[in-house]
Amino acid sequence: MNAQGTVHKYGDDVNTDVIIPARYLNTAYHQELAAHCMEDIDREFIHRVRPGDIIVAGKNFGCGSSREHAPIAIKASGVSCVIAATFARIFYRNAINIGLPILECPEAAEGIAAGDRVSVDFDSGIITDEATGKTYQAHPFPEFIKKIIEAGGLMESIRK
Amino acid sequence: MSMTMTQKILAAKAGLEKVEAGQLIETKLDLVLGNDITSPVAINEFEKAGADAVFDNTKITLVLDHFVPNKDIKAAQQSKQTRQFANKYDILNFFDVGTMGIEHALLPEKGLVGPGDCVIGADSHTCTYGALGAFSTGVGSTDMAAGMITGKAWFKVPSAIRVVLKNQPTGFVSGKDMILHLIGEIGVDGALYQSLEFTGDGVAALSMDDRFTIANMAIEAGAKNGIFPVDETTLEYCKGRYNGEIEIFEADPDAEYTRTVEIDLAALRPTVSMPHLPENTRNIKEVADVTIDQSVIGSCTNGRISDMRVAAAILKGRKVAKNVRCIVIPATQAVYLQCIREGLAEIFIEAGAVFSTPTCGPCLGGYMGILAEGERAVSTTNRNFVGRMGHPESEVVLASPAVAAASAITGRLTDPATL
Repeated sequence: MNAQGTVHKYGDDVNTDVIIPARYLNTAYHQELAAHCMEDIDREFIHRVRPGDIIVAGKNFGCGSSREHAPIAIKASGVSCVIAATFARIFYRNAINIGLPILECPEAAEGIAAGDRVSVDFDSGIITDEATGKTYQAHPFPEFIKKIIEAGGLMESIRK
Repeated sequence: MSMTMTQKILAAKAGLEKVEAGQLIETKLDLVLGNDITSPVAINEFEKAGADAVFDNTKITLVLDHFVPNKDIKAAQQSKQTRQFANKYDILNFFDVGTMGIEHALLPEKGLVGPGDCVIGADSHTCTYGALGAFSTGVGSTDMAAGMITGKAWFKVPSAIRVVLKNQPTGFVSGKDMILHLIGEIGVDGALYQSLEFTGDGVAALSMDDRFTIANMAIEAGAKNGIFPVDETTLEYCKGRYNGEIEIFEADPDAEYTRTVEIDLAALRPTVSMPHLPENTRNIKEVADVTIDQSVIGSCTNGRISDMRVAAAILKGRKVAKNVRCIVIPATQAVYLQCIREGLAEIFIEAGAVFSTPTCGPCLGGYMGILAEGERAVSTTNRNFVGRMGHPESEVVLASPAVAAASAITGRLTDPATL
């Protein structure tokens, strides 16, 4: 399992209110949510993002509300992976549960720059910044989480 | 091997003699909660999984509280979907307009949660019930769906920070000032993946409402849960409300904590969190010249009767400042009715505030008090992130009901003691 894409970079404490503002929570449609992804922190994101792109951010990514709409919006916008120094715990659970791969790696969060092409090998946990050639080691997913993500989410993995 | 209070509850609910931090466990759930925003996503997942039954229709609570009475057509569709699900599966505790309240004020009030319970809710402020000595934590909609089907959830057993509350608060210092102060001390990720376990001689001086406010904002320090020991105050509160078996768990005297934070309640002063993070705390005196356009008094953090009484005592015989909107929202129908009976509603209206039926509304920028570009609100709610209450260029200052009421009168952030 791999991901490859261009990096959109953000700072610390990116909260779920800026990932998907509550004024858009009157719907659960994935594409409708994706149309407002990151709107209050980066209005250009939805115009810039391409399928496969990667978000890299600092500490405590996804803090705040438990809204699953946040990882849903990110995934539906085409993002293939989020790399951060740390994640808020509810966001972490939610991302795994909906099948959005996320990796904690403080060194990568620090070293990778906006616009870099990055590839991720989920089996080994190795993150490669193709712009600089530098590699970073994140903890690979344990087997049960890998199964959830490969199935596309917790419910899909249960149903199988 | 000794355990924290949280670990003891988790061990009991997992059917294990002991657990340790980092261990993955599966526990039985006493309650699964959802609201009008998170339930539709959970219901979609529930159906996607092919489920045709809930694990126990008495152990699921669905509350329409965020965007009700429905703010628009889409919100109405979400309420309708949740209502239809509640009817289809005969959910005993479904609260619609007319009986609803803000979930985290409503559930304790109705006696739906009590000491020793293990609760998940698809709302981050589900951690509120730790005030009653329960393990309760926020999850997403998929976890809620799985919980509704199986009656179980998996957890990574958290380590804990011990918060020792010492002495007694003075003046207008409330639970809100205590939790804002703590978040300012340890930061918005200071308790990431961990429990906050409150202890110390100061606990006895705190009302249940203060404890609810404190536990409610544990998530704002990144915590998995915040929890209080069960004492006379807790048991008194549960009397006549909670019919479940009261299970009292206590941390072992030699339980391990990753750190201990001491707070001298007697030394605290009214505290506010400036934009745009709850950790950005200040003594009210440092920010007393900051002007406001709106004051919101309510929410799952501060919409209980004691909050209403504090605000009314300050607003009584006074007027809301020109160009300031003061919005008072009691958290439940019972609090709303009590405000009417005690004459608080009259005080709010005569002061020039609006007095609304329960809703989460403005707290999350839903409706009922959205801010325009460049505007600033003082609010008794729990988050002050960018755009939280409206325009991305607006600001929210978090404060206690006393500070929010005093500020409504002067039009600037105000120490209630100076009125």
